[in-house]
Amino acid sequence: MKMHHACRALTGILRREMRRTLRQRGRLFSAIVRPLVWLAIFAAGFRSVLGLSITPPYQTYVLYEVYVVPGLAAMMLLFHAMASSLAMVYDREMGSMRLLLTAPLPRWYLLAARLLASVIVGLPLVYLFLVIARYWDVRPPALGYVAVFPALLLSGLMLGAFGLLVSSVSTQMENFAGVMNFVIFPMFFASTALYPLWRLAEAGPVLATIAAWNPFSSAVELIRFALYLRFDAASALVVLICLLAFFLAAVVGYDPGRGLWSRRPGS
Amino acid sequence: MCILLGRNGAGKTTLFSLVTGLYHARAGSVLVFGHAMKSSPSTALAEMGVVFQQPTLDLDLTAGENLRYHAALHGLPKSLSKERSGEELSRLEVADRIDDPVRALSGGQRRRVEIARALMHRPRLLLLDEPTTGLDVPGRRALERHVRDLCRDGGIAVLWATHFLEEVAPTDNVVVLHEGSVRWGGRADRMAAAVGVADTAEAFASLTRSP
Repeated sequence: MKMHHACRALTGILRREMRRTLRQRGRLFSAIVRPLVWLAIFAAGFRSVLGLSITPPYQTYVLYEVYVVPGLAAMMLLFHAMASSLAMVYDREMGSMRLLLTAPLPRWYLLAARLLASVIVGLPLVYLFLVIARYWDVRPPALGYVAVFPALLLSGLMLGAFGLLVSSVSTQMENFAGVMNFVIFPMFFASTALYPLWRLAEAGPVLATIAAWNPFSSAVELIRFALYLRFDAASALVVLICLLAFFLAAVVGYDPGRGLWSRRPGS
Repeated sequence: MCILLGRNGAGKTTLFSLVTGLYHARAGSVLVFGHAMKSSPSTALAEMGVVFQQPTLDLDLTAGENLRYHAALHGLPKSLSKERSGEELSRLEVADRIDDPVRALSGGQRRRVEIARALMHRPRLLLLDEPTTGLDVPGRRALERHVRDLCRDGGIAVLWATHFLEEVAPTDNVVVLHEGSVRWGGRADRMAAAVGVADTAEAFASLTRSP
Protein backbone atom coordinates (compact mmCIF):
# COMPACT_ATOMS: atom_id res chain seq x y z
CA MET A 1 0.00 0.00 0.00
CA LYS A 2 1.51 3.28 -1.09
CA MET A 3 1.04 6.31 1.09
CA HIS A 4 -0.14 8.76 -1.57
CA HIS A 5 -2.49 6.17 -3.04
CA ALA A 6 -4.01 5.56 0.40
CA CYS A 7 -4.44 9.31 0.99
CA ARG A 8 -6.07 9.90 -2.37
CA ALA A 9 -8.47 7.03 -1.80
CA LEU A 10 -9.38 8.38 1.64
CA THR A 11 -10.00 11.85 0.22
CA GLY A 12 -12.08 10.36 -2.56
CA ILE A 13 -14.19 8.34 -0.14
CA LEU A 14 -14.63 11.37 2.11
CA ARG A 15 -15.66 13.57 -0.79
CA ARG A 16 -18.18 11.03 -2.02
CA GLU A 17 -19.64 10.66 1.46
CA MET A 18 -19.98 14.44 1.84
CA ARG A 19 -21.66 14.89 -1.52
CA ARG A 20 -24.09 12.09 -0.85
CA THR A 21 -24.95 13.44 2.57
CA LEU A 22 -25.41 16.99 1.35
CA ARG A 23 -27.71 15.81 -1.42
CA GLN A 24 -29.92 13.89 0.97
CA ARG A 25 -31.62 16.94 2.44
CA GLY A 26 -34.45 14.98 4.03
CA ARG A 27 -32.08 12.81 6.01
CA LEU A 28 -30.07 15.82 7.16
CA PHE A 29 -33.20 17.62 8.23
CA SER A 30 -34.61 14.72 10.23
CA ALA A 31 -31.21 14.10 11.80
CA ILE A 32 -31.22 17.57 13.34
CA VAL A 33 -34.93 17.67 14.16
CA ARG A 34 -34.89 14.32 16.00
CA PRO A 35 -32.79 15.39 19.01
CA LEU A 36 -34.52 18.77 19.11
CA VAL A 37 -37.89 17.09 19.46
CA TRP A 38 -36.50 15.09 22.35
CA LEU A 39 -35.03 18.18 23.94
CA ALA A 40 -37.97 20.50 23.41
CA ILE A 41 -40.83 18.14 24.16
CA PHE A 42 -39.64 15.03 25.95
CA ALA A 43 -37.20 16.80 28.26
CA ALA A 44 -39.70 19.54 29.11
CA GLY A 45 -41.86 17.04 30.94
CA PHE A 46 -38.95 15.79 33.02
CA ARG A 47 -37.49 19.16 33.87
CA SER A 48 -36.97 18.61 37.56
CA VAL A 49 -36.81 14.85 37.55
CA LEU A 50 -33.24 14.80 38.79
CA GLY A 51 -34.19 16.80 41.88
CA LEU A 52 -31.42 18.19 43.98
CA SER A 53 -28.98 15.34 43.58
CA ILE A 54 -25.63 16.02 42.02
CA THR A 55 -24.36 13.70 39.29
CA PRO A 56 -20.76 14.04 38.12
CA PRO A 57 -19.41 15.83 36.13
CA TYR A 58 -21.97 18.47 37.07
CA GLN A 59 -20.95 20.43 40.14
CA THR A 60 -24.41 21.51 41.06
CA TYR A 61 -27.87 20.11 40.53
CA VAL A 62 -28.94 20.50 36.93
CA LEU A 63 -32.14 20.64 34.95
CA TYR A 64 -33.01 17.59 32.91
CA GLU A 65 -32.34 19.43 29.64
CA VAL A 66 -28.74 19.89 30.66
CA TYR A 67 -28.42 16.25 31.62
CA VAL A 68 -29.95 14.85 28.47
CA VAL A 69 -28.03 16.87 25.84
CA PRO A 70 -24.88 14.69 25.79
CA GLY A 71 -27.09 11.62 25.55
CA LEU A 72 -28.93 13.13 22.63
CA ALA A 73 -25.63 14.00 20.96
CA ALA A 74 -24.64 10.35 21.31
CA MET A 75 -28.06 9.36 19.97
CA MET A 76 -27.35 11.42 16.87
CA LEU A 77 -24.10 9.51 16.41
CA LEU A 78 -25.93 6.21 16.93
CA PHE A 79 -28.61 7.00 14.36
CA HIS A 80 -26.02 8.31 11.97
CA ALA A 81 -23.98 5.12 12.36
CA MET A 82 -27.02 2.97 11.78
CA ALA A 83 -28.18 5.03 8.80
CA SER A 84 -24.71 4.74 7.35
CA SER A 85 -24.56 0.99 7.84
CA LEU A 86 -28.02 0.80 6.32
CA ALA A 87 -26.51 2.65 3.39
CA MET A 88 -23.77 0.04 3.30
CA VAL A 89 -26.25 -2.81 3.13
CA TYR A 90 -28.04 -0.84 0.43
CA ASP A 91 -24.71 -0.23 -1.28
CA ARG A 92 -24.05 -3.89 -1.26
CA GLU A 93 -27.43 -4.75 -2.69
CA MET A 94 -26.91 -2.02 -5.25
CA GLY A 95 -23.32 -2.99 -5.84
CA SER A 96 -21.34 0.11 -4.93
CA MET A 97 -19.80 -1.78 -2.02
CA ARG A 98 -18.28 -4.06 -4.66
CA LEU A 99 -16.76 -1.08 -6.34
CA LEU A 100 -15.17 -0.03 -3.06
CA LEU A 101 -13.94 -3.52 -2.26
CA THR A 102 -12.40 -4.07 -5.69
CA ALA A 103 -10.18 -1.02 -5.29
CA PRO A 104 -6.51 -2.06 -5.23
CA LEU A 105 -6.04 -1.44 -1.52
CA PRO A 106 -6.21 -3.73 1.52
CA ARG A 107 -9.77 -4.39 2.49
CA TRP A 108 -9.34 -3.36 6.13
CA TYR A 109 -8.06 0.01 4.95
CA LEU A 110 -11.03 0.54 2.65
CA LEU A 111 -13.45 -0.31 5.45
CA ALA A 112 -11.61 1.96 7.90
CA ALA A 113 -11.64 4.81 5.40
CA ARG A 114 -15.35 4.34 4.81
CA LEU A 115 -15.95 4.33 8.57
CA LEU A 116 -13.88 7.45 9.21
CA ALA A 117 -15.50 9.31 6.32
CA SER A 118 -18.99 8.51 7.50
CA VAL A 119 -18.25 9.66 11.07
CA ILE A 120 -16.60 12.91 9.97
CA VAL A 121 -19.57 13.74 7.80
CA GLY A 122 -21.90 13.29 10.77
CA LEU A 123 -20.05 15.51 13.25
CA PRO A 124 -21.05 18.99 11.99
CA LEU A 125 -24.69 18.15 12.68
CA VAL A 126 -23.92 17.23 16.27
CA TYR A 127 -22.21 20.59 16.69
CA LEU A 128 -25.20 22.33 15.19
CA PHE A 129 -27.39 20.58 17.75
CA LEU A 130 -25.08 21.57 20.63
CA VAL A 131 -25.25 25.18 19.49
CA ILE A 132 -29.05 25.16 19.18
CA ALA A 133 -29.25 23.56 22.63
CA ARG A 134 -27.89 26.79 24.10
CA TYR A 135 -31.35 28.17 23.53
CA TRP A 136 -32.57 25.74 26.23
CA ASP A 137 -29.90 27.09 28.56
CA VAL A 138 -27.58 24.15 28.02
CA ARG A 139 -24.39 26.16 28.12
CA PRO A 140 -21.23 24.20 28.76
CA PRO A 141 -17.94 26.14 28.94
CA ALA A 142 -16.68 27.40 25.57
CA LEU A 143 -13.63 25.15 25.71
CA GLY A 144 -15.97 22.21 26.22
CA TYR A 145 -16.96 22.45 22.57
CA VAL A 146 -13.32 21.85 21.66
CA ALA A 147 -12.75 19.13 24.24
CA VAL A 148 -15.84 17.27 23.12
CA PHE A 149 -14.49 16.83 19.58
CA PRO A 150 -12.22 13.84 20.26
CA ALA A 151 -14.95 12.34 22.44
CA LEU A 152 -17.51 12.66 19.64
CA LEU A 153 -15.05 11.31 17.10
CA LEU A 154 -14.10 8.30 19.19
CA SER A 155 -17.71 7.54 20.12
CA GLY A 156 -18.80 8.00 16.52
CA LEU A 157 -16.11 5.61 15.33
CA MET A 158 -17.11 3.03 17.94
CA LEU A 159 -20.79 3.21 16.97
CA GLY A 160 -19.86 3.33 13.29
CA ALA A 161 -17.71 0.22 13.68
CA PHE A 162 -20.68 -1.42 15.34
CA GLY A 163 -22.82 -0.43 12.36
CA LEU A 164 -20.18 -1.81 10.03
CA LEU A 165 -20.32 -5.09 11.90
CA VAL A 166 -24.12 -5.13 11.67
CA SER A 167 -23.88 -4.45 7.93
CA SER A 168 -21.44 -7.31 7.47
CA VAL A 169 -23.83 -9.84 8.98
CA SER A 170 -27.11 -8.38 7.80
CA THR A 171 -27.99 -9.82 4.43
CA GLN A 172 -30.96 -7.74 3.48
CA MET A 173 -32.35 -4.34 4.15
CA GLU A 174 -35.51 -5.89 5.57
CA ASN A 175 -33.46 -7.07 8.53
CA PHE A 176 -32.91 -3.49 9.44
CA ALA A 177 -36.31 -3.06 11.03
CA GLY A 178 -35.17 -5.83 13.35
CA VAL A 179 -31.91 -4.02 13.97
CA MET A 180 -33.89 -0.94 14.99
CA ASN A 181 -36.00 -2.90 17.46
CA PHE A 182 -33.36 -5.16 18.89
CA VAL A 183 -30.26 -2.99 18.70
CA ILE A 184 -30.87 0.74 18.53
CA PHE A 185 -33.73 1.06 20.98
CA PRO A 186 -32.33 -1.20 23.72
CA MET A 187 -28.90 0.36 23.30
CA PHE A 188 -30.35 3.85 23.68
CA PHE A 189 -32.90 3.25 26.43
CA ALA A 190 -30.78 0.93 28.57
CA SER A 191 -28.03 3.48 28.90
CA THR A 192 -27.18 6.58 30.86
CA ALA A 193 -28.33 8.77 27.96
CA LEU A 194 -31.73 9.52 29.45
CA TYR A 195 -31.28 8.78 33.17
CA PRO A 196 -28.28 8.69 35.45
CA LEU A 197 -27.19 5.34 36.76
CA TRP A 198 -28.56 5.94 40.27
CA ARG A 199 -32.03 6.55 38.80
CA LEU A 200 -31.84 3.29 36.89
CA ALA A 201 -30.63 1.50 40.02
CA GLU A 202 -33.74 2.71 41.83
CA ALA A 203 -35.85 1.13 39.09
CA GLY A 204 -33.99 -2.15 39.21
CA PRO A 205 -30.47 -3.43 39.73
CA VAL A 206 -30.59 -5.52 36.54
CA LEU A 207 -31.31 -2.51 34.38
CA ALA A 208 -28.56 -0.56 36.11
CA THR A 209 -26.07 -3.37 35.48
CA ILE A 210 -27.03 -3.55 31.82
CA ALA A 211 -26.68 0.21 31.49
CA ALA A 212 -23.32 0.16 33.23
CA TRP A 213 -22.00 -2.47 30.80
CA ASN A 214 -23.62 -0.95 27.74
CA PRO A 215 -20.84 0.54 25.57
CA PHE A 216 -23.29 3.22 24.51
CA SER A 217 -23.32 4.46 28.15
CA SER A 218 -19.56 4.81 27.98
CA ALA A 219 -19.87 6.86 24.81
CA VAL A 220 -22.48 9.08 26.48
CA GLU A 221 -20.38 9.58 29.62
CA LEU A 222 -17.23 10.26 27.60
CA ILE A 223 -19.07 12.99 25.73
CA ARG A 224 -20.74 14.34 28.88
CA PHE A 225 -17.46 14.62 30.82
CA ALA A 226 -15.58 16.10 27.87
CA LEU A 227 -18.23 18.74 27.36
CA TYR A 228 -17.56 19.87 30.93
CA LEU A 229 -13.82 19.70 30.49
CA ARG A 230 -13.24 16.46 32.31
CA PHE A 231 -11.73 13.27 31.03
CA ASP A 232 -13.51 10.05 31.87
CA ALA A 233 -10.66 7.57 31.45
CA ALA A 234 -12.68 4.44 32.18
CA SER A 235 -15.29 5.30 29.57
CA ALA A 236 -12.62 6.25 27.04
CA LEU A 237 -10.98 2.88 27.52
CA VAL A 238 -14.26 0.99 27.09
CA VAL A 239 -15.10 2.95 23.95
CA LEU A 240 -11.64 2.34 22.51
CA ILE A 241 -11.68 -1.38 23.22
CA CYS A 242 -15.18 -1.72 21.77
CA LEU A 243 -14.11 0.23 18.69
CA LEU A 244 -11.23 -2.16 18.06
CA ALA A 245 -13.31 -5.25 18.77
CA PHE A 246 -16.21 -4.19 16.55
CA PHE A 247 -13.91 -3.13 13.76
CA LEU A 248 -11.88 -6.34 13.82
CA ALA A 249 -15.07 -8.39 13.81
CA ALA A 250 -16.37 -6.35 10.88
CA VAL A 251 -13.13 -6.91 8.94
CA VAL A 252 -13.52 -10.64 9.51
CA GLY A 253 -17.14 -10.33 8.40
CA TYR A 254 -16.02 -8.77 5.13
CA ASP A 255 -13.05 -11.09 4.62
CA PRO A 256 -13.20 -12.72 1.18
CA GLY A 257 -12.18 -16.12 2.47
CA ARG A 258 -13.66 -16.38 5.92
CA GLY A 259 -16.56 -14.09 6.61
CA LEU A 260 -20.28 -14.51 6.16
CA TRP A 261 -19.82 -12.39 3.06
CA SER A 262 -18.22 -15.33 1.26
CA ARG A 263 -21.09 -17.68 2.01
CA ARG A 264 -23.74 -15.37 0.78
CA PRO A 265 -25.33 -16.21 -2.54
CA GLY A 266 -25.57 -13.38 -5.02
CA SER A 267 -23.22 -11.00 -3.30
CA MET B 1 -11.88 -10.50 -26.71
CA CYS B 2 -13.19 -13.54 -24.98
CA ILE B 3 -16.87 -14.30 -24.54
CA LEU B 4 -17.99 -16.16 -21.49
CA LEU B 5 -21.17 -17.79 -22.66
CA GLY B 6 -23.62 -19.44 -20.34
CA ARG B 7 -27.25 -19.51 -19.42
CA ASN B 8 -28.61 -17.85 -16.30
CA GLY B 9 -27.17 -19.50 -13.23
CA ALA B 10 -24.25 -21.02 -15.12
CA GLY B 11 -21.77 -19.44 -12.72
CA LYS B 12 -20.69 -16.41 -14.71
CA THR B 13 -21.26 -13.90 -11.92
CA THR B 14 -19.67 -16.23 -9.38
CA LEU B 15 -16.63 -16.47 -11.61
CA PHE B 16 -16.49 -12.67 -11.74
CA SER B 17 -16.70 -12.44 -7.97
CA LEU B 18 -13.81 -14.87 -7.67
CA VAL B 19 -11.70 -13.11 -10.28
CA THR B 20 -12.25 -9.72 -8.63
CA GLY B 21 -11.44 -11.17 -5.21
CA LEU B 22 -14.82 -10.38 -3.67
CA TYR B 23 -14.53 -13.81 -2.25
CA HIS B 24 -12.04 -16.59 -2.47
CA ALA B 25 -12.36 -19.86 -4.26
CA ARG B 26 -12.85 -22.70 -1.83
CA ALA B 27 -10.56 -24.87 -3.92
CA GLY B 28 -7.92 -23.88 -6.44
CA SER B 29 -6.65 -20.39 -7.07
CA VAL B 30 -7.22 -17.43 -9.35
CA LEU B 31 -4.27 -15.86 -11.13
CA VAL B 32 -4.55 -12.52 -12.90
CA PHE B 33 -1.48 -11.61 -14.96
CA GLY B 34 0.42 -13.99 -12.72
CA HIS B 35 -0.76 -12.42 -9.46
CA ALA B 36 -2.71 -14.66 -7.12
CA MET B 37 -5.94 -13.10 -5.92
CA LYS B 38 -5.46 -14.67 -2.53
CA SER B 39 -2.00 -13.37 -1.77
CA SER B 40 -1.69 -10.14 -3.76
CA PRO B 41 -5.16 -8.96 -4.69
CA SER B 42 -4.20 -5.29 -4.92
CA THR B 43 -1.61 -5.79 -7.67
CA ALA B 44 -4.09 -7.81 -9.68
CA LEU B 45 -6.99 -5.41 -9.07
CA ALA B 46 -4.92 -2.46 -10.26
CA GLU B 47 -4.69 -4.11 -13.70
CA MET B 48 -8.39 -4.87 -13.96
CA GLY B 49 -11.40 -2.80 -14.86
CA VAL B 50 -14.71 -4.27 -13.83
CA VAL B 51 -18.29 -3.63 -14.84
CA PHE B 52 -20.59 -5.64 -12.65
CA GLN B 53 -23.91 -6.98 -13.75
CA GLN B 54 -25.84 -4.75 -11.37
CA PRO B 55 -25.30 -1.04 -11.88
CA THR B 56 -22.86 0.35 -9.32
CA LEU B 57 -22.99 4.06 -10.09
CA ASP B 58 -23.96 6.55 -7.43
CA LEU B 59 -27.24 7.93 -8.71
CA ASP B 60 -26.99 11.17 -6.73
CA LEU B 61 -23.53 11.97 -8.05
CA THR B 62 -22.77 13.24 -11.53
CA ALA B 63 -21.10 11.06 -14.15
CA GLY B 64 -17.85 12.97 -13.68
CA GLU B 65 -17.96 12.64 -9.90
CA ASN B 66 -18.49 8.91 -10.20
CA LEU B 67 -15.45 8.63 -12.43
CA ARG B 68 -13.29 10.76 -10.18
CA TYR B 69 -14.32 8.76 -7.10
CA HIS B 70 -13.16 5.60 -8.85
CA ALA B 71 -9.93 7.32 -9.91
CA ALA B 72 -9.26 8.29 -6.30
CA LEU B 73 -9.75 4.70 -5.19
CA HIS B 74 -7.10 3.75 -7.71
CA GLY B 75 -4.76 6.45 -6.49
CA LEU B 76 -4.83 8.71 -9.53
CA PRO B 77 -3.85 12.33 -8.87
CA LYS B 78 -6.61 14.91 -9.26
CA SER B 79 -5.40 16.56 -12.46
CA LEU B 80 -4.99 13.24 -14.23
CA SER B 81 -8.35 12.04 -13.04
CA LYS B 82 -10.03 15.15 -14.38
CA GLU B 83 -8.30 14.82 -17.74
CA ARG B 84 -9.08 11.14 -18.08
CA SER B 85 -12.72 11.42 -17.07
CA GLY B 86 -13.24 13.73 -20.05
CA GLU B 87 -11.25 11.45 -22.34
CA GLU B 88 -12.94 8.22 -21.38
CA LEU B 89 -16.43 9.69 -21.49
CA SER B 90 -15.85 11.09 -24.96
CA ARG B 91 -14.40 7.79 -26.12
CA LEU B 92 -17.73 6.22 -25.17
CA GLU B 93 -19.66 9.21 -26.55
CA VAL B 94 -21.21 10.35 -23.28
CA ALA B 95 -18.94 13.35 -22.66
CA ASP B 96 -21.88 15.76 -22.88
CA ARG B 97 -23.42 14.21 -19.77
CA ILE B 98 -20.35 14.65 -17.54
CA ASP B 99 -22.04 17.13 -15.20
CA ASP B 100 -25.44 15.48 -15.12
CA PRO B 101 -26.49 13.35 -12.17
CA VAL B 102 -26.47 9.69 -13.13
CA ARG B 103 -30.14 9.51 -12.17
CA ALA B 104 -30.95 11.60 -15.25
CA LEU B 105 -29.10 9.27 -17.64
CA SER B 106 -30.68 6.52 -19.74
CA GLY B 107 -29.81 2.86 -19.20
CA GLY B 108 -27.47 2.76 -22.15
CA GLN B 109 -25.70 5.93 -21.10
CA ARG B 110 -25.27 4.61 -17.55
CA ARG B 111 -23.65 1.46 -18.90
CA ARG B 112 -21.27 3.48 -21.00
CA VAL B 113 -20.40 5.67 -18.02
CA GLU B 114 -19.65 2.49 -16.08
CA ILE B 115 -17.34 1.24 -18.80
CA ALA B 116 -15.65 4.64 -18.97
CA ARG B 117 -15.18 4.44 -15.21
CA ALA B 118 -13.66 0.97 -15.42
CA LEU B 119 -11.13 2.34 -17.93
CA MET B 120 -10.06 5.31 -15.80
CA HIS B 121 -6.99 3.59 -14.40
CA ARG B 122 -6.04 2.15 -17.83
CA PRO B 123 -6.41 -1.54 -17.00
CA ARG B 124 -5.04 -4.27 -19.24
CA LEU B 125 -8.09 -6.40 -18.68
CA LEU B 126 -11.71 -5.34 -18.80
CA LEU B 127 -14.32 -7.57 -17.21
CA LEU B 128 -17.92 -7.09 -18.27
CA ASP B 129 -20.66 -9.09 -16.61
CA GLU B 130 -23.73 -9.13 -18.86
CA PRO B 131 -23.25 -5.47 -19.71
CA THR B 132 -26.23 -5.36 -22.08
CA THR B 133 -28.79 -6.31 -19.42
CA GLY B 134 -31.76 -4.00 -19.62
CA LEU B 135 -30.74 -2.36 -22.90
CA ASP B 136 -32.82 -2.32 -26.07
CA VAL B 137 -31.47 -3.79 -29.29
CA PRO B 138 -29.88 -0.62 -30.72
CA GLY B 139 -28.39 0.12 -27.29
CA ARG B 140 -26.94 -3.37 -27.15
CA ARG B 141 -25.43 -3.08 -30.60
CA ALA B 142 -23.91 0.31 -29.78
CA LEU B 143 -22.38 -0.97 -26.56
CA GLU B 144 -20.96 -4.01 -28.29
CA ARG B 145 -19.47 -1.82 -31.01
CA HIS B 146 -17.87 0.43 -28.37
CA VAL B 147 -16.28 -2.48 -26.58
CA ARG B 148 -15.03 -4.08 -29.79
CA ASP B 149 -13.46 -0.74 -30.76
CA LEU B 150 -11.78 -0.59 -27.39
CA CYS B 151 -10.42 -4.05 -27.80
CA ARG B 152 -9.05 -3.30 -31.25
CA ASP B 153 -7.71 0.23 -30.69
CA GLY B 154 -6.93 0.22 -27.01
CA GLY B 155 -5.21 -3.13 -26.90
CA ILE B 156 -7.28 -4.18 -23.91
CA ALA B 157 -8.23 -7.76 -23.22
CA VAL B 158 -11.95 -8.10 -22.63
CA LEU B 159 -13.86 -10.85 -20.88
CA TRP B 160 -17.51 -10.41 -21.78
CA ALA B 161 -20.06 -12.55 -19.99
CA THR B 162 -23.40 -13.02 -21.69
CA HIS B 163 -26.21 -15.41 -22.42
CA PHE B 164 -27.01 -13.82 -25.79
CA LEU B 165 -25.59 -15.70 -28.75
CA GLU B 166 -26.14 -12.61 -30.91
CA GLU B 167 -23.30 -10.93 -29.05
CA VAL B 168 -20.79 -13.50 -30.24
CA ALA B 169 -18.82 -12.75 -33.40
CA PRO B 170 -17.55 -15.74 -35.44
CA THR B 171 -13.91 -14.96 -34.67
CA ASP B 172 -14.40 -14.48 -30.92
CA ASN B 173 -12.93 -16.83 -28.42
CA VAL B 174 -15.75 -18.46 -26.55
CA VAL B 175 -15.86 -20.29 -23.26
CA VAL B 176 -19.11 -22.10 -22.65
CA LEU B 177 -19.93 -22.33 -18.97
CA HIS B 178 -22.66 -24.52 -17.59
CA GLU B 179 -23.49 -25.44 -14.00
CA GLY B 180 -20.19 -24.11 -12.82
CA SER B 181 -17.94 -25.98 -15.22
CA VAL B 182 -16.41 -25.24 -18.61
CA ARG B 183 -18.16 -27.23 -21.35
CA TRP B 184 -16.24 -26.01 -24.34
CA GLY B 185 -13.62 -23.42 -25.29
CA GLY B 186 -12.42 -22.18 -28.66
CA ARG B 187 -13.24 -19.99 -31.63
CA ALA B 188 -16.96 -19.39 -32.00
CA ASP B 189 -17.15 -20.48 -35.64
CA ARG B 190 -15.65 -23.83 -34.77
CA MET B 191 -18.12 -24.64 -32.03
CA ALA B 192 -20.77 -26.21 -34.28
CA ALA B 193 -18.27 -28.51 -35.99
CA ALA B 194 -16.71 -29.52 -32.68
CA VAL B 195 -20.05 -30.52 -31.25
CA GLY B 196 -21.15 -32.09 -34.52
CA VAL B 197 -24.26 -30.05 -35.22
CA ALA B 198 -25.38 -27.65 -37.93
CA ASP B 199 -25.03 -24.23 -36.30
CA THR B 200 -23.72 -22.37 -33.25
CA ALA B 201 -27.12 -21.95 -31.63
CA GLU B 202 -27.70 -25.67 -31.70
CA ALA B 203 -24.19 -26.30 -30.43
CA PHE B 204 -24.75 -23.95 -27.49
CA ALA B 205 -28.09 -25.58 -26.74
CA SER B 206 -26.59 -29.04 -26.74
CA LEU B 207 -23.57 -27.99 -24.61
CA THR B 208 -25.78 -26.46 -21.95
CA ARG B 209 -28.35 -29.19 -21.82
CA SER B 210 -28.63 -30.55 -18.33
CA PRO B 211 -28.05 -34.27 -18.17
